[in-house]
Amino acid sequence: MGKGSRSAVASSPVSLKATPLSSQHHAKFQEGLSVKEPKEKLYWKGFFSSFKNRALFKTSYDDIMEEPPYFYLITTYLSYIILSFFGHLRDFYGFRWNKKAYAHLMPSNGYAALTSDWDSFWTRNLKMRIDDCFSVPTTLVPGRTINMMERITNDYCRSFQFTGKLKEAVNLSSYNYLGFAQSTGPCADAVEEVVHTYGMSSCGSRLEAGSLDLHTKVEELVAEFMGKESALVVSMGYATNSTTIAGLASKGSLIISDELNHNSLVFGSRLSGAYIRVFKHNDVADLEAVLRDAISQGQPRTHRPWKKILLIVEGLYSMEGSIVKLPEIIELKKKYKFHLYVDEAHSVGAIGPRGRGVCDYYGVDPKDVDILMGTFTKSFGAAGGYICASKEVIDHLRLVNHSSVYGESMSPIVLQQVYTSMWSIMGRDGTTAGQERLSRLAWNARYLGSNLRKMGFIIYGDRDSPVIPLLLFNPAKIPAFSRECRKRDLAVVVVGFPATSIVASRARFCVSASHTKEDLDFVLRVVSEVGDILGLKMSSRKALEMGMKV
Amino acid sequence: MDNPVLAAFNTTFTTVARGIQAVPGSAIVLDYIKNSYQNDPFRVVLELGLAIYAVKYMLSKKYRIDQSNVQLTEKEIDELVAEWQPEPLVQPLSDIQRMELEKTQVIVGAQGPKPKLLSTGKNLLNFASANYLGYITNEDIKKTAIETLHKYGVGSCGPPGFYGTLDVHIELEKDIARHLGTESAIIYAQGFSTISSVISAFSKRGDIIVADEGSNFAILKGTQISRSIVKWFKHNDMNDLERVLESIRVESLANKKRPLTRRFIVTEGLFQNYGDIAPLDKIVELKNKYKYRLILDESNSFGVLGKNGRGLTEVFNISPKDVDMIVGSMANTLSAAGGFCAGPKEVVDHQRLSGQAFVFSASIPAMLAVCASEAIKILTSPQGEKLLKDLHDNATTFSNVILSAPQSIELSAAAGSPILHLRIPQTALATAKILTRDDEKLLLQEIVDEVATKDGLLITRAKYVEHQELHLPRPSIRISICATHTKKEVEKAAQGIKTAFGKALSRRK
Repeated sequence: MGKGSRSAVASSPVSLKATPLSSQHHAKFQEGLSVKEPKEKLYWKGFFSSFKNRALFKTSYDDIMEEPPYFYLITTYLSYIILSFFGHLRDFYGFRWNKKAYAHLMPSNGYAALTSDWDSFWTRNLKMRIDDCFSVPTTLVPGRTINMMERITNDYCRSFQFTGKLKEAVNLSSYNYLGFAQSTGPCADAVEEVVHTYGMSSCGSRLEAGSLDLHTKVEELVAEFMGKESALVVSMGYATNSTTIAGLASKGSLIISDELNHNSLVFGSRLSGAYIRVFKHNDVADLEAVLRDAISQGQPRTHRPWKKILLIVEGLYSMEGSIVKLPEIIELKKKYKFHLYVDEAHSVGAIGPRGRGVCDYYGVDPKDVDILMGTFTKSFGAAGGYICASKEVIDHLRLVNHSSVYGESMSPIVLQQVYTSMWSIMGRDGTTAGQERLSRLAWNARYLGSNLRKMGFIIYGDRDSPVIPLLLFNPAKIPAFSRECRKRDLAVVVVGFPATSIVASRARFCVSASHTKEDLDFVLRVVSEVGDILGLKMSSRKALEMGMKV
Repeated sequence: MDNPVLAAFNTTFTTVARGIQAVPGSAIVLDYIKNSYQNDPFRVVLELGLAIYAVKYMLSKKYRIDQSNVQLTEKEIDELVAEWQPEPLVQPLSDIQRMELEKTQVIVGAQGPKPKLLSTGKNLLNFASANYLGYITNEDIKKTAIETLHKYGVGSCGPPGFYGTLDVHIELEKDIARHLGTESAIIYAQGFSTISSVISAFSKRGDIIVADEGSNFAILKGTQISRSIVKWFKHNDMNDLERVLESIRVESLANKKRPLTRRFIVTEGLFQNYGDIAPLDKIVELKNKYKYRLILDESNSFGVLGKNGRGLTEVFNISPKDVDMIVGSMANTLSAAGGFCAGPKEVVDHQRLSGQAFVFSASIPAMLAVCASEAIKILTSPQGEKLLKDLHDNATTFSNVILSAPQSIELSAAAGSPILHLRIPQTALATAKILTRDDEKLLLQEIVDEVATKDGLLITRAKYVEHQELHLPRPSIRISICATHTKKEVEKAAQGIKTAFGKALSRRK
């Protein structure tokens, strides 16, 4: 095994290899970092008072999404034109003279092609060529650092061979917001205990003798944590959405969905049979227009009134880093009487002074939201998800949620990880360890985000978001950024079309409470250097950011 | 030339012309216009018209697809908004639903062959869990799990496409592919969500799916989400399957213009709702004849059927290459979690980008992946072979007892299947004057309760989301056999259940 095989929060720092930076550059760099790391242990008290002063940062959506200079926009479109031209050229020749490699895209022997060539055009001609940046195999704990298994390719990413070496890098890629991905410590101890007392599985669906007392115990804690009456846990985060919505809406109902909602919400909404309408991302005015139109016109063609309207939004959008405008939506809810479903997959544990998600962040009463959904994969270092609502709704869902009736129930080890980590966040373990994680994360998120902005990168999203997207634009910069960062011992996620819009390729940083200030300084140094090489410091707001106090 | 209008026009024209000349590159454009429009007024008019139309088109409002909208004033909309009264999010539970919820068994402590029930505090002999081979109490598996915990922690904290692919996942995929004899395999984080993603990854709008009516709920949802054309054939009826395939062939012959579409047959290995098995040999023959691809859901048969638990292909001695996609679950027999799809490399690779529940979900915790690997290892060992033999012996013992009372129990299961559905025969229903589905469910629940108190058995009714099912099976008690129960225990349990069925029916007479 490589160095530092058990990377926990407290483990020794990774070897921060000296990056060639001139001392002058370094001094300038340090000067830019005007945010002072608080000294006392309970600095969060003072820190969170700044949440009340959000007016300074309350920006409109347009403001959050800064447009790049025209030069980058034009070169990006040009790049895609060139890429697709060569893609079509390759396909043209491939279909005629390289039939073996194209066999699954062509009808043969009376069978239609397994997948259509258009569906996989981008995959074959774009993603395939930079496939070393995706599905990076890792091992050990995805904690403060991550251990990537080194691999090489001799055929342009069609296949990879492992060299057997490990590469440890600072981890900005995992959704380990509160740093509970650990192989030692209270969670691991509790989970070990549970393997002995409960085993690995409950072997059955919740309704068919697969319910354990541990399920009930965790559900009660989750309900209390979220400030709702009742909770239901589901063994997979994706399935929490995809198998629940059909139990809440059906034919004759309307689902209004944010245009950037996660695929699981789309999947679930489509299964429900309800009519689906979409509004512009996080745009309350557009939402109101859709609501007014929907309610006044009723169902399409028949103009009958809708049975009910379910509005589905996410708490924190994982690709944009934007936080839902919950208070405004709740104002609308009072007037338009829709039911509200908030997916807190990324926001639970990650935002709010007590880590309770968007309601906590805005100081909104959780009772104003009908359904609070979230996952345990991210902040809690576990797996699966939950639905919190009134007892009436949860009782109903227990009987109609597909996962509860047909799917496997949540494994005892996952339940225990959730329980112990949540217990710690709530401070029930008698320590302030959980609260320290929350404040560490909040501080880290602001520190990294604001300093990247000051350097002149175009950063999307809310300033309190632990997800920080850095815009790359040009497609060639996607692999370049990933490779250059990994070369410098930094693991980052890069995404491009079709996961984002065609121009808005980006790198995404997920900050964790397990990162120290030194880690983040290292990250800033690496990203700044790579940003200089790739010409990414294109923001027109740099000067404004420099003058801004955090 | 003293006309003031003309003079004003001339000045304006000169100013505009100078202005245009000042724009760099304008000379070339002007030259082009001059040269191309010489002596061709028709062309000038036409192109001018086109230009005006283009500008108008760009400036026009986006038109609405829904033309039937009524024009309303803001005030009218406000009134309509104030008047509108939505239904509550959920309807209050009915009596039978409430019963369903209250009767859900909760287990205190570990699941296993003799779990302890919360409601009574008694330990019951388990005939309800998918713990077919008794893996759940296996100490070796637990040991490996703890070792993994101290290396990997619990969660993987990321989707497989980014940094959530662990070496143990890659190992598990290899283990599954090797065990089944396919080229490769892919693992999903939940068994239930696997097949709906697999179906929708390949079958798109306009494609054709031919599926068995007895298929489980996950298959039904997969066909719905795919938006394909779905045809159902009668449960395990090969003549009906051939009839459906033939009718599609005739239809497509009549409509030659339509391009060749993808066509799939979807069925289950061991049916969750009936306990019987699909005649794979006949299905493979038909699929090859009519050129369909076969998606086989082996969620229940994987690790249960065949000498080494390879599922239906091993039972029928058919090459796994004849099945295009083998889908299975690691949550049942293997007592771990998650699902998988095994098949040729291009089938698996396509799912790495198009299998929705794979792409958009975090990968399965390392501990559970390692458990599944370990469980597969046992399957291929002599210990596994013995367990599988015991399982089938126990299943046969159980069904023999049940078959001796055909007047009070209708058994639905293949010979040696560890899943058995016990239903009340139609004739008995008539004599006992049980007319509604709810009554039937209540009667079965009485039996479940009675064997729990009298015989110390844990059994459960098969549960469904009834209003969302398409081919809802009749109410039943689903029995799951465990290999580690002794023959005597199984025999006694079957006797107890048989008596309870008889008694419950006689009470209603």
